Amino acid sequence: MSKHDYKELGLTEEQVLNMYYFMLLARKLDERFWLLNRAGKIPFVISCQGQEAAQVGATFALDKTIDYIAPYYRDLGCVLVFGQTPTDIMMSAFAKPGDPNSHGRQMPGHFGGRKYRILSGSSPVTTQFPHAVGAALAAKMRGEKSVAYTSTGEGSSNQGDFHEAANFAAVHKLPVIFYVENNGYAISVPLDKQLGNHNTADRAVGYGFPGHSIDGNDVLECYKYTKEAAERARNGEGPTLIEARTYRLVPHSSDDDDRAYRSREEVEAAKQKDPILTFAQYLRDKGVLTPEKEQEMNDSIAKAVNEATDEAEKAPFFDPEDALTHVYEER
Amino acid sequence: MAIKSYIEAVTDALREEMERDESIFILGEDVGVRGGVFRATAGLIEKFGEERVIDSPLSESAIVGVSIGAAMVGMRPVAEMQFADFIFPAYNQIVSEAARIRYRTKSDWTVPMTIRAPYGGGIHGGLYHSQSVEALFHHVPGIKIVMPSTPYDVKGLLKAAIRDNDPVLFFEHKRCYRLIKGEVPDEDYTIEIGKGDVKREGTDVTVITYGLMVHYTLEAAEVLEKEGISTHVIDLRSIKPLDKELIIEGAKKTGKVLIVHEDGKFGGVGGEISAIIAEEALFDLDAPIQRLAGPDVPGMPYSPPQEKFYMLNPTKIADAIRKLAEF
Repeated sequence: MSKHDYKELGLTEEQVLNMYYFMLLARKLDERFWLLNRAGKIPFVISCQGQEAAQVGATFALDKTIDYIAPYYRDLGCVLVFGQTPTDIMMSAFAKPGDPNSHGRQMPGHFGGRKYRILSGSSPVTTQFPHAVGAALAAKMRGEKSVAYTSTGEGSSNQGDFHEAANFAAVHKLPVIFYVENNGYAISVPLDKQLGNHNTADRAVGYGFPGHSIDGNDVLECYKYTKEAAERARNGEGPTLIEARTYRLVPHSSDDDDRAYRSREEVEAAKQKDPILTFAQYLRDKGVLTPEKEQEMNDSIAKAVNEATDEAEKAPFFDPEDALTHVYEER
Repeated sequence: MAIKSYIEAVTDALREEMERDESIFILGEDVGVRGGVFRATAGLIEKFGEERVIDSPLSESAIVGVSIGAAMVGMRPVAEMQFADFIFPAYNQIVSEAARIRYRTKSDWTVPMTIRAPYGGGIHGGLYHSQSVEALFHHVPGIKIVMPSTPYDVKGLLKAAIRDNDPVLFFEHKRCYRLIKGEVPDEDYTIEIGKGDVKREGTDVTVITYGLMVHYTLEAAEVLEKEGISTHVIDLRSIKPLDKELIIEGAKKTGKVLIVHEDGKFGGVGGEISAIIAEEALFDLDAPIQRLAGPDVPGMPYSPPQEKFYMLNPTKIADAIRKLAEF
């Protein structure tokens, strides 16, 4: 349960309901992916389940009209907040025209889209970190007030690009937010074998900017710290590193079996702290999420997911020869 | 028209482009106050300020990765790798990111970025200041690779690279920087990337080459002329895309082809050129296609006699042409 009072954070009832809506939408889309995958309809799933609070809380604190995000492959919650629709997402899952991320060329979860201000991402992890720094550098050079947000997992935080990007941003005091979603596992390898210091936010001291390790299951806490980081960035005070501690409730991907490396008891215990359940309870306790509103929201999300699935399933594929286009500029 | 050195042509192109377009900026190690370890960016920080001529941390992957991000949102970065030998920490950013961003978004995002890197040997640089690295990028769709030999070509091609809407690797031969001088027009001009140039017309043997080897080949051709051997010299100028038309035309013209590059032979650019000729002009040939290239060892030794042994020179090239002419 969140220890924060949403009103003290300057959030309205409508805004917190909206946060909950995006968390639930991400979860329901993700659950549908697994059904479609097991039914043999889509080849691959990579999940956000368990990390929706970390994603929605952070991106809610940004300005989607001027900021850029360079998310990683689990960040379904982030891209929904930045404007991607259930249909966009399903088109991507089915690799069909209408996929704004890659037009069917990349696996799902490789987000992007200029109109949504989402930089294109790839599979080699943490390569997006320097890209966000570059976007921030451009903003600084042009005197714009925009912030660049980029995220990754704790395992991926070991890549050289993490360090190179953080140091570069520190030297130039760039408006960047580095966000680590620490879910405890890099596929099968636990924290103990990934990090000498389990708190990745501690690294910020070494770069010379602030770092915060926060409760990634508390959407309001994620909002609060990202909001502060965005304000710092906009004021020219430079980057911030945030580690959101969370848990991945499902296997790494549709091709993984997590029973090989973690106990069912551990996963069950984590489900008790599922950020969607705890935030729903928080909102009920505050009298914000009434039974009527909850029913209405569940219905509208179910409808949106169903319609997006149907639309994507019925849509045609690109022509095979389309694979030959857009290698270089086509004049 | 003024006589300029190869490196002066680099500086001129950078300065003129930066004057023309405010979105162009330079990013690299020692490029600012020092003006570059070779002085290619000399005077630019004084003219454009440290905002546009950025002394970056010693961090090649960040230099390229940050440039990619800036390019995606509308800037036109010119990143400098201090030596081509040090480009490998940025290999992932170039190959997995810059080369594929257009493709993986169907041109929704693009990377109009130039990466300049001094390459090549014969300057007592040992294993890690002498390399030719082009073959390691040649295979990769989505990038262009330019390797000019003359000051005139440097200016026109560097301007074209900076204006190009795709990532361009611009390799400058270190030995050429002050050795090679030539006429460079003061006015603005560009040379199309992917177009080679006949640097000498000939009828007996066609040499296809690029970079410093163009000059060594021209020296060899002078000597051979006195022996009655006429050499046709093609300077590719860009190796990606390759000027297939000029290659095939050159092969058909003399029926005898020698491909020359400083880089190692195995898996080098010469193999691709040879394959193009074999596929498209085999029956016009009067002799097997020959390749003269660096030895397949991991690097150029620092020891002066060994460095000399490693490097090609006009004598070695003349010998190879003579042998082919006599075939």
